[in-house]
Amino acid sequence: MNRKNSLPLYLLYSNFMIKHSLQRFGEYVLLMARALTIPDRWTAFFRQLFKEMAKLGIDSIGIVLMISLFTGAVLCIQMTLNISSPFIPSYAVGMSTRDTLLLEFSSTIMCLILAGKVGSNIASEIGTMRVTEQIDALEIMGVNSANYLILPKIIALVVFVPVLVIFSIFSGIIGGYIVASMTDMISVAKFEYGVQSYFNEFYVWYGIYKSFVFAFIISSVASYFGYYARGGALEVGKASTNSVVASSVLILLFDVILTKLLLQ
Amino acid sequence: MIEVKHLFKSFETKDVLKDINAVFESGKTNLVIGQSGSGKTVLVKCIVGLETPEQGAVLYNDRNLLSMRAKELKHLRSEIGMIFQGSALFDSLTVLENVMFPLNMFDRGTYASRLDRARFCLERVNLKGADNLYPSEISGGMQKRVAIARAISLNPKYLICDEPNSGLDPKTSLLIDELISDITKEYNITTIINTHDMNSVMGIGENIVFVNKGILEWTGNKEGIFTSSNQILNDFVFASDLFRKVKAAELTNHQNEG
Repeated sequence: MNRKNSLPLYLLYSNFMIKHSLQRFGEYVLLMARALTIPDRWTAFFRQLFKEMAKLGIDSIGIVLMISLFTGAVLCIQMTLNISSPFIPSYAVGMSTRDTLLLEFSSTIMCLILAGKVGSNIASEIGTMRVTEQIDALEIMGVNSANYLILPKIIALVVFVPVLVIFSIFSGIIGGYIVASMTDMISVAKFEYGVQSYFNEFYVWYGIYKSFVFAFIISSVASYFGYYARGGALEVGKASTNSVVASSVLILLFDVILTKLLLQ
Repeated sequence: MIEVKHLFKSFETKDVLKDINAVFESGKTNLVIGQSGSGKTVLVKCIVGLETPEQGAVLYNDRNLLSMRAKELKHLRSEIGMIFQGSALFDSLTVLENVMFPLNMFDRGTYASRLDRARFCLERVNLKGADNLYPSEISGGMQKRVAIARAISLNPKYLICDEPNSGLDPKTSLLIDELISDITKEYNITTIINTHDMNSVMGIGENIVFVNKGILEWTGNKEGIFTSSNQILNDFVFASDLFRKVKAAELTNHQNEG
């Protein structure tokens, strides 16, 4: 009897999944090796870079500010409601709102949101170029399509996402401040005092370091799924969805790894 | 001249090309014809290097594409212009920017000279006044013209066209055929056109390669098609009533002249 047929189904499935995952990882590494090379024409590269910065970065400022403002406000309300112990000073509301924004929200959660907005945009753009033969057209001309299309997106995001993180931190704190000033839940003075208390500068750098890695994950994973899309519009949609799922999982995985490495 | 020797290509267990040998001469419009799924698109993709065959050679003036180093391949690619089935214009660029794209990437001249060249190519394909329009704002026929202008912008030695008439009305198809044929003669380019449009076959088929189920079934020219006794070729080319009548009339003419 064939040995393969005698294996239990779950082993055959896990064998297939391991092979499939390794193949995908290999494709990703090879694509990155092609993408992360010196551009043929610097003028063309910088033109693309500024376009991508505007499209992926500047166009995301609005949504980042809005989401962070609301989240900062919600954090402030929840902290006020939950910290009702007489042993905890009320200025802890401002302090914990600030630290939550610095440590987790403005880097990790914001990057998860960007994986949805920017990642799906990248995957669908490159995927559409693939299925409409625009990438083949680039290759026929002798242009390194991976380098021309992907490198500017990676650099643009790696440069711009930390800026968005800083905007998010400020916007979130303003959200908390608005709650303090417009409600009687906590006084503005205590909130301001809390925001300035026990400030650890490294928390800002920790958020920025994480955002560099997350920006690379968002741009490279989305580019990979778009670049290898095959078929038609349906496959482009699938590639876009898969890129968001894979980027989100990787962001959370690297969040754990980076937190262990940087904060311990 | 492009020469294909003993080309084999398969996808998993399916053999798509089986021992293809063909010569595509310069200054002539060379047509690759065959039914859908016969392997002609794969043949063209192997010729331009978008697919890698398992065996065989693709010779560009005796230089084998399959054994070239990256630098040589890059140089060769600058000599190839390609027109894709769906035009493959860059959506985010205007008509003029699309034509200027290869020039911006490879031409070391000044911006003014590149702009002049792009405008000349657009004029050559009879496309004026559309410089600042985006591909989505122009018709399918115009998109094909832009694709031709982009393909010839770097003065290619080889022009490869994948179903250039696909999705076009008969009149526009004829104009595109004539344009490609004229450009081929004018610049002495080696042109390969992948098509199953019989009007193109009858109109510009100077050298025809008929592929059936991955096998090179017949080679010849448009005149030879009328006199060929190859049953598979006849079934494919003269599938419609109209073309059967055309063939009968052509053969009668031949006999009368004889």
